[in-house]
Amino acid sequence: MPAVIEMKGISKSFPGIRANDNINLKIEQGEIHVLLGENGAGKSTLMNILYGLYQPDEGQIFIKGKPVAIINPNVAISHGIGMVHQHFMLVQPFTVTENIILGKEPRKGTTLDLDKAIKDVEEISRKYELKVDPRAVVQDISVGMQQRVEILKTLYRGAEILILDEPTAVLTPQEIEELCVILRSLVDQGKSIILITHKLKEVMSMSDKVTIIRRGKVIDTLNTKDTNIDELAEKMVGRKVSLTVEKKEAEVSAPILEIKDLRVLDKRKLEAVKGIDLQVNGGEILGIAGVDGNGQSELVQAITGLSKAEAGEILLNGKEITNLTPKEVIASGVGHIPEDRHKRGLVLGYSLSENSILGSHYLKQFRQGLGLNYHKIREYCRRLIKEYDIRTPNERVLAKSLSGGNQQKLIVAREIDRDPSLCIASQPTRGLDVGAIEFVHKKLIELRDEGKAVLLVSLELDEIMDLSDRIAVMYDGRIVGILDAKDANEKKLGIMMAGGSAQDAV
Amino acid sequence: MEGIGIFTILGIVVTASIRSATPLIFAALGGNFSERSGVFNIGLEGIMTVGAFSAVFFSYKTGSPWAGLLGAMVVGGLFGLLLAFMSIYFKANQVIVGTAINILAASLTTFLLVEIWGRPGQTDNVEYFKAVGPFNLFTYLAFALVIVSYYVMYKTPFGLRVRAVGEHPRAADTLGVNVYVIRYICVIISGVLAGIGGASLSIGSMSLFKEGMIAGKGFIALAALIFGKWNPIGAALACLFFGFAVALETVATNLPVPREFLYALPYIMTMFAVSGFVGRSVGPAAGGIPYEKGEK
Amino acid sequence: MESGMNEFKEGLLNTLKEIAYPLVAIFISVIAGGILVYSFGNDPIVAYTAMIKGSLGDWNKFGETLVTVTPLILTGLSIAFAFKCNLFNIGVEGQFIIGAITAVWAGWALAGLPAILHLTLTLLAGAAAGGLWASVIGWLKAKVGSHEVINGIMMNYIAMYTSNFLVRTALNIPGKAYSVEIADTAKLWRFSQAFEQFKHSRLHIGIIFALIAALAAYYILNKTVRGYEIRAVGLNPHAAEYGGISVRKNIILSMIVSGLFAGLAGAIMTTGVQYRVNNLFGFTGYGLDGIAVALVGNNHPIGVILSAFLFGVMQKGGPLMQIQGIPKEVVGIIQGIIILFVAANFVKVVMENIKRNRDLKRAAVNEEVE
Repeated sequence: MPAVIEMKGISKSFPGIRANDNINLKIEQGEIHVLLGENGAGKSTLMNILYGLYQPDEGQIFIKGKPVAIINPNVAISHGIGMVHQHFMLVQPFTVTENIILGKEPRKGTTLDLDKAIKDVEEISRKYELKVDPRAVVQDISVGMQQRVEILKTLYRGAEILILDEPTAVLTPQEIEELCVILRSLVDQGKSIILITHKLKEVMSMSDKVTIIRRGKVIDTLNTKDTNIDELAEKMVGRKVSLTVEKKEAEVSAPILEIKDLRVLDKRKLEAVKGIDLQVNGGEILGIAGVDGNGQSELVQAITGLSKAEAGEILLNGKEITNLTPKEVIASGVGHIPEDRHKRGLVLGYSLSENSILGSHYLKQFRQGLGLNYHKIREYCRRLIKEYDIRTPNERVLAKSLSGGNQQKLIVAREIDRDPSLCIASQPTRGLDVGAIEFVHKKLIELRDEGKAVLLVSLELDEIMDLSDRIAVMYDGRIVGILDAKDANEKKLGIMMAGGSAQDAV
Repeated sequence: MEGIGIFTILGIVVTASIRSATPLIFAALGGNFSERSGVFNIGLEGIMTVGAFSAVFFSYKTGSPWAGLLGAMVVGGLFGLLLAFMSIYFKANQVIVGTAINILAASLTTFLLVEIWGRPGQTDNVEYFKAVGPFNLFTYLAFALVIVSYYVMYKTPFGLRVRAVGEHPRAADTLGVNVYVIRYICVIISGVLAGIGGASLSIGSMSLFKEGMIAGKGFIALAALIFGKWNPIGAALACLFFGFAVALETVATNLPVPREFLYALPYIMTMFAVSGFVGRSVGPAAGGIPYEKGEK
Repeated sequence: MESGMNEFKEGLLNTLKEIAYPLVAIFISVIAGGILVYSFGNDPIVAYTAMIKGSLGDWNKFGETLVTVTPLILTGLSIAFAFKCNLFNIGVEGQFIIGAITAVWAGWALAGLPAILHLTLTLLAGAAAGGLWASVIGWLKAKVGSHEVINGIMMNYIAMYTSNFLVRTALNIPGKAYSVEIADTAKLWRFSQAFEQFKHSRLHIGIIFALIAALAAYYILNKTVRGYEIRAVGLNPHAAEYGGISVRKNIILSMIVSGLFAGLAGAIMTTGVQYRVNNLFGFTGYGLDGIAVALVGNNHPIGVILSAFLFGVMQKGGPLMQIQGIPKEVVGIIQGIIILFVAANFVKVVMENIKRNRDLKRAAVNEEVE
């Protein structure tokens, strides 16, 4: 029986980069097949081609042995291909039902038949055991339900082959197990599933076959049960990778950051941080673990002055910094590597030198008379480029022309060079390749060894466990537990991330 | 005797308000389609201008106001197409393109005015739509279109897709909805409606085109749309409110305020409406942002 | 010192690069205008020659052209400055009107002061009035997020009626539809008073002030901390806020500075040319022209100067074109087309498409080596 999907010789280029280079891929009926690769390896591009969002420059696609030209998502859908994207494609003000039927709406004459739509949604929800509330508005439902809605979108259109792009990024360890069960159940009902991920553990637990992609090329295709994590890591990166971080024992000193009963509201004026007590000492890395959306972002924003603290106190080296302006907070000695480097961390339209002084731009060292001393500013940037190994032709290019990894290096350089007492690192390695990740981790550990305080907020549990000396878990705006790193394991943290307490985990 | 006097005045004010609101309603409904699909149409003023002019021109050439109306719709649609093309294909800044259309419309109409009638200022009188009952055809058409717009936007699949495209175009794209086509259609519709709005001014209550006759109504219509929270019925009510302010000018010559204040009143009210002093409103999330296929 | 020379060379290169695209757009629009003229049965060469002769034919005509260029530089700067903070100050027309009427008041009410003081105060009053008028728009945007385009247009109308009100009442000449005239001590010095060549033109030293304003704008935007902050807010308000920059303060400040330029334009119009203000039946047009000037000048102060000169030439050449049988409204249409081309970044988009195709071919051939 021919493979349900075969992609032969697929190549695709974008300006300056060859995203897919002569890729061959075979998906068999009823298997869970993982595409494994680092960020930027080309996995999403390949699947976007399969789903008709991009057109390949070369190559052909066969479905059940027949060649097809998938020129847009409608064609892909008609062939039974459905895709759940990494960042959910849900219209926030619409209901669950409206999101599912969009583009394939049941009609009564010229009118939208919403009653039939709700009935249809309830039916497939029952059939595949994916619990959703058809009338709920998407912006009010949980992340777990949103993912089920995304899966239902594909099943509503009769998908036989489901593509899921980084589905576990937003889930707790327990929710990942539940997803595993859902996927196995779908496979039992005859579906085939393609998973895109860079997470080695999930490959081992969730898949039947794995294809490793590196720099746009297929490296190998293996049966999951015939391989192991270390082999996969090496194939993924191209060299031996040490999966643990080297660090010596922490030499902890006096507390640098102290937070008492902090309360912060989110964008919708609801409480996102519900009374937090926290302390970060000099010479340690405190990691905050938790699923996205449990108040971590708001916590960081309150400390850095970007959001208002409704109640509570924040002290830095004993001095109160609650509700100071961002400018004053920076001047007090706080460095901040923001979670969204394009939104917060850089002015993409500015040159590297102009970005290198963001936050310090008003200081005397960069001034000359009434104006700025661009000579000194460029000199400063050149030093940062050298010391932090930022790959760029010079300091005058615009920040937007740098790769993600080098952009992050510039931000890290800028924040660390200011010699802060406290450095907040929010998702510092998101979207970076292994080399850049190693670099950032090294710098954070260096900071901690110099006696500074580091507050690490990350959605990657591995990163938290590797780097932190102590780990705090945030759930629903509260700290549900703080553990020493050596007492922490994935199971305990997973339970706390889902709202259980440290005791439940024993 | 006094009681009757008050009702008469009230009646005059109400009918005057509805008449003043009519061109605003067309423009606001047009703006609604455009903005709901994610394209900010600030060129409504210019399209109303060319619509008003075209209505007079075609009525002049054929002697029939119906030809004028049709001409206004076609020309309005063409200018809408121009705006759509610039905003969608060239991904130009929509506010600048709209402004360019406003400038172009003013120059073009003056140019043609001089070419055809030999003098600047205003055209000759042409055949126009006389009133049927207290209002002319345009007013009845406006209210009918409010209901049609509401139905289309909230009760049809097309309306669902338009709203999706305006909130999260990529989500719609991944489900096979053609974002570009929907935006083109909506912006052209907004041009057609704004054209009718202009015609309602030149061959509705009047019978000629005068330079500067639109006098900011295209912008007031946008404010009404924001005030009405991007809902056809809300926008129409807001237009009535602004129409009331314009109508005050005619009735209130006896009031102890300087007449310039009354002239300025609609504009002052617009500022209050738009600045959220009368309730906040948030527009379509993807408004004003050109859509790029395949962005990571 | 070598680095100083390099810096200058680089600044020059950057400036040239910035004005390259608009220059090409102008070229294309001139062609388009020529086609338009031709299609109405006139000779484009005759039309354009008449235009150049009418604006630059002799010293007096040149002087008159500069009279038109002066307010265009300032309104262009006004718009360009606001654009650097990502604000579209379409309210420049209203700020111009308020500046003009305020200058009339100061020029008339403060009579009796020594000339230099009186003139300075008058100009400052006009500029400040424009700045104040614009600050309302800035404050509404910063505090409530209210769109500056709609508020700007509304305040244009309000300004027009306010001016008319004052002309009719406080600054009134009984029986006339225009205001009182400003005292001689508030009038700008005219070149005709010392130079024979400019005897028949109204050219005044306002042109010098406008050029100084442009240089000041360039310096503020590119060489000061405040300029760094304004541009950062314009490019990415989130990153600016993260970097400790107050987004609100800079939005309001940009609008005020923008309004200062526009108000100054109106004040110079009053003190240099009109000496009074008429009852307005419509807008002066300097505001809308300023938009065109700024766009074509790519929002760069030097580009604005060149662009203002171009538009001045077009407008002053109009009447002579008229005499040759070509309606002067063609100038307005060409202006509109220019704006459309520039707004579309027509040249940039086409160039980028060409570049992208070239890069695709190149990437397919090479291997990317890190």
